[in-house]
Amino acid sequence: MGFLELSHVKKRFGAFVAVEDFELITERGEFVSLLGPSGCGKTTTLRMIAGFEYPDSGSIKVDGKEITNLPPNKRNVGMVFQAYALFPNMTVASNVGFGMRVKKQSKDAITKRVGELLEMIHMPEKADRYPYQLSGGQQQRVALARALAVEPQVLLLDEPLSALDAKIRVALRNEIRAIQRQLGITTVYVTHDQEEALSLSDRVVVMSDGRIEQIGSPSEIYNFPATSFVASFVGTLNLLAARVVDPSAGRLAVEGQEIRAAKPISGARSGEIVSVALRPESISLEEGPEGTNRLRGPVVDVSFLGSIVRLRIRLGDGPTVSLDTFNDPNLTLPPIGEAVTVSFPPEASLVLDQPAAAPGADVAAGD
Amino acid sequence: MKRRRGSIAWWLVFLLGVLYFFLPLVATLDFSLKAKPPFAAYTSSLQDPKFLGSLLYSLVIAGVTITASLALIVPTAYWVQLRVPRARSLVEFVTLLPFVIPAVVLVFGLIRVYSRPPLPFTHTDIGSSALLVAGYIVLSLPYMYRAVDTGLRSIDIRSLTEAAQSMGAGWLTILWRVILPNLRVALLSGAFLTLAIVLGEFTIANFLARPAFGPYLNLLSQSKAYEPAAVSLISFGLTWLAMIAIAFLGRDTRTRIEIGGAH
Repeated sequence: MGFLELSHVKKRFGAFVAVEDFELITERGEFVSLLGPSGCGKTTTLRMIAGFEYPDSGSIKVDGKEITNLPPNKRNVGMVFQAYALFPNMTVASNVGFGMRVKKQSKDAITKRVGELLEMIHMPEKADRYPYQLSGGQQQRVALARALAVEPQVLLLDEPLSALDAKIRVALRNEIRAIQRQLGITTVYVTHDQEEALSLSDRVVVMSDGRIEQIGSPSEIYNFPATSFVASFVGTLNLLAARVVDPSAGRLAVEGQEIRAAKPISGARSGEIVSVALRPESISLEEGPEGTNRLRGPVVDVSFLGSIVRLRIRLGDGPTVSLDTFNDPNLTLPPIGEAVTVSFPPEASLVLDQPAAAPGADVAAGD
Repeated sequence: MKRRRGSIAWWLVFLLGVLYFFLPLVATLDFSLKAKPPFAAYTSSLQDPKFLGSLLYSLVIAGVTITASLALIVPTAYWVQLRVPRARSLVEFVTLLPFVIPAVVLVFGLIRVYSRPPLPFTHTDIGSSALLVAGYIVLSLPYMYRAVDTGLRSIDIRSLTEAAQSMGAGWLTILWRVILPNLRVALLSGAFLTLAIVLGEFTIANFLARPAFGPYLNLLSQSKAYEPAAVSLISFGLTWLAMIAIAFLGRDTRTRIEIGGAH
């Protein structure tokens, strides 16, 4: 039995199915992220855990206690919002202590706890400030402290870093993770930013169209995507349409060039078209040793991305494949138009469940 | 050169506006001072017990009306915006009805329904005053609702409500501790407009035979020459005092919501 359990949870808004048969069991102290594009049902799921929406069917339990139909103020669940939602009429200290005042705790206990939490978020000197006197990052730290003040059983965070700039986002997400580990609180984090989800979570739930696409550790999600959606949404990916040559030997052909998968292609027949996913970082700009897969084509683009350089190689008549190489000042990059051979190990070619929507699609996850 | 001409035109418009608003006041003041000795109209008005009595009565009625209006409108507007935003246009239409239905129709309706059993409100002073308050709540509805609605729209009530709920707060706590303090300026605006309506209203108070300020002013103008002008200016001064009080009470900027630069 898990600490937070969502069982067969469904939610519709009129004819629109927001969440379909959602199943999740999290352990105590686990950090789980719900990752997906806008409208995939991740926020609705979070809001059902918080009690702001009620499921049409299914159940939600915390520590074995059914909370499916409890109003939000009767669940011991803390929430941090994207828009901070600090009470503008209250100081930082009053905001943090609000929940404790509602629960009629003693003044001494409130003062002590508020002080501890402000220390934890490194803002003890800001206790008497009002929200409008704080930066976005500071406001969100106060919102986090406020949510934690009532010692919730589960902490919910709804895209808490979306309104912040890139540097603050990284700093604050590390802080959130450190605080979560320190307190050992079960946390559900909603984001559409795959980098955030992968860096923060013990497990990631990838969602699309109200359904769970895959649940797994960040490494599993990134390296072994279960569906073409997960593969395309998480990280940058080359999705190539390949013709199966010999399924038992894992042999495939991409634009007439033969490659090999690490495992036999189960459930596919010779001549069938399947999707092959290739991460740009697993492809090398060299011929590689015997036994590696090789593809050859002219360079069509070279992009400088800071620490890495991304090259695009055209295969045959249309599809292109992207590869990443570390930015080394001594590296000699081929000029555009020059034919090069790139290589990747058989383990890097992941055969997915469905054929690629567009042959040779180079898909980058949005954030 | 063009800019200078534009500036002169702007000042001319401003001057015309000032004259439009202040000339009648100056004329009223001039007329009120024609009594002999010059401030006799003011001293006699202020010494008239009916002046103070009617003003006090109207202020009490205004206080009750404002309290009742807020108790009715704040939760309604809050609920409509939070839970049934699609009903907002309907509610707005209802709140505009007092502009369409004349006060005289409203007061005859009230008298007809509440002057006989089982609800003979007009048989007692307190009952008639209650009807007066009810009438004023209706008259102030468009102004009070709009003030509250505008205030609610200026804050993210959904997030604030949900944040409070997640910390264990019930509806009353949320309204009292979170929503109302953030509506202070809007509530003061609504309260002021209601006060202005109640102090100047004549029709309903007259037909319900209430000793309010409006009927007193009307009665005065029928029997005296300079005093009505003096009393009008006094009530105008009181209105300005109320406005200054609102500006003073609303000067606190704590309720501003700003997202500062990240650091």
